[in-house]
Amino acid sequence: MNFFLQLFINGISIGFLYGLSAMGFVMIFKSSSVLNFAHGELLALGAFFFLAMLTWVKLPVVVAFLATLAACFILGFIIERFFLRPLIGEPLIYVIMLTVGLASMFKGIMLLFWGGNLQTYPDFLPAFLGIEWHVINIPPVYTAALIIGIMFLILFGLFFKYSSQGIFMRSVADNQKAALSLGVHVQRVFALSWAIAALVAGMSGIVLGIINGINVHDLSAIGLKVFPVVILGGLDSIGGAIIGGLIIGLLETFTGGYISPSLSDVVPYVILVIILMVKPYGLFGLAEIERV
Amino acid sequence: MKKLNFHPCGNYKERYEQEITLFETDFGRLWSGIGIFLLFAILPFIVSPYFLHVLNMVGIASIAAIGLNILIGYTGQISLGHGAFIGVGAYAAAILATTLNVPFIITLPAAGLVSAMVGMIFGIPSGRLKGLYLTIATLAGQIIIEYVLVHWETLTKGTMGITLPRPNIFGMELESDLSFFFLIFSCLVVMIWFAVNLIRTKYGRAFIAIRDNDRAAEGMGIPLFRYKLLSFGISSFYAGFAGAIWAYYMVSITSEPFTLGLSVEYIAMVIIGGLGSVSGSIYGAVFITFLNELLRWLTGIMMNIGALTESGLNVAPLREFFFGTAIVLFILFEPRGLAEVWRIIRSNFKLWPFAY
Repeated sequence: MNFFLQLFINGISIGFLYGLSAMGFVMIFKSSSVLNFAHGELLALGAFFFLAMLTWVKLPVVVAFLATLAACFILGFIIERFFLRPLIGEPLIYVIMLTVGLASMFKGIMLLFWGGNLQTYPDFLPAFLGIEWHVINIPPVYTAALIIGIMFLILFGLFFKYSSQGIFMRSVADNQKAALSLGVHVQRVFALSWAIAALVAGMSGIVLGIINGINVHDLSAIGLKVFPVVILGGLDSIGGAIIGGLIIGLLETFTGGYISPSLSDVVPYVILVIILMVKPYGLFGLAEIERV
Repeated sequence: MKKLNFHPCGNYKERYEQEITLFETDFGRLWSGIGIFLLFAILPFIVSPYFLHVLNMVGIASIAAIGLNILIGYTGQISLGHGAFIGVGAYAAAILATTLNVPFIITLPAAGLVSAMVGMIFGIPSGRLKGLYLTIATLAGQIIIEYVLVHWETLTKGTMGITLPRPNIFGMELESDLSFFFLIFSCLVVMIWFAVNLIRTKYGRAFIAIRDNDRAAEGMGIPLFRYKLLSFGISSFYAGFAGAIWAYYMVSITSEPFTLGLSVEYIAMVIIGGLGSVSGSIYGAVFITFLNELLRWLTGIMMNIGALTESGLNVAPLREFFFGTAIVLFILFEPRGLAEVWRIIRSNFKLWPFAY
């Protein structure tokens, strides 16, 4: 029973991180229907930038965190402006391959500067965040991740519901042509959604980096793990990304704990294929997928 | 004697057959004859052994890239699993050759067929999905096949790998790079011949119709699912065939090379070469293979520069960076690829030196 409980808690915390990483991905897809294969690299860039701010520039933690978010925001903006905007209206394969190309560019840059080894942040989290209760043992990072994650969820919920830019973004996601004819600056919305997505990715990258250490290969692998998560939750549902993340995280830890550790890497993709065959728009996605 | 046709001054086509003919002029026919002669009779004997090895790799990559172009460029179905299908072919050849002692001449097509079967299984989602959902499904296929190759240890020997026997055609042993050159490039010529003719048949036209507008294609009576599966099958046959030759050429194989990275590399070949063009796949294969060799050579040189290694910079990842940059630049500036560049150059020289 203890084993089960520990697995359950591990699964929830890993799944929450998956959900957090998938949020940025969903945001890009929702507004501009681009499948971003460079998402893992965006996570890693955020994590490494934070590391650079902490260790090279030696900024205080909070300032470094904000600087990283700002840098990610600008990076997302640049990616949209210079790489994706020329491709609006081009066939799907070019858009997909462009993000694949960007992924390998970013990976090359990061490997050049930081190498492929595991790096860690200096310890800065206060110890009182850790929770120990009976057999349950939650390290402080997970609590911090949970707090940051929920804070971002609430902030984005408010942003999408009340701010005018947020409403523009929802309108573009809903119907691009109608939004355009009502005077929404669609290109600005695309740019903004890329910027916000990169910001969210950078934030999740930092959290993942605190928990697992920072390694280019691991973080870009998480970028691929995002696919089962978002397909399960529905490609255009932010809440679905979190739920999908939790389910995938639980499945992974339970197969890892009860059946075989090596199987846990491939189970999400098996689920992915099944979901795609049975219910391609996922649990919470809009059922408007084009059937052949 | 038939009147030879070199430079028609206008469009003199009178019959449909003239539209779909392979060589528009006898000039082209002549040149391809000369090209094949140079390829087999001159080229392998004048290049250095290292360059011969690179050429062999180009040949293998070309076969697989043509297969991928049939799927992506002609049928419009994006697959991220091509690297895994090459791996399936390589393992099928290795297992057939070592445990069943099947002769070399049969293992190649057999490996292609095994790979085609697997490809068709992973093409089944295309019956319900298209566009990016299908892309994600093939991504899952790639990762599942990769896992099976590593973990089905009774069959694939896991990370140990399999060592293949020397290939043997009618009592002749193939061991030098030179003999492999003749094997690879004769296969390549046959594969090109099959691909260009496939496009001219009813099947090829159905593929193109599906790519251009699947609903209209269905309205014209093309059974979509059957043709998409066929396209997956043919494409994976090419991949498996290339994988089998690769396995024999490399002598021993592990599951290491057949990753998502390999799939991406092949899509890059097809895009950089030119989607929907058989010759484009070959240009792409040449480009990517040469780029890989060039970058390996460059990083080799830069590793030896003292100042760079002392400053702690690891230059090996530059390879990854330049590879990504090449893809991005081609998509942004010449999305139709090298085949289009070549067409522009050729049409500029068509009536040279008289522009009109």
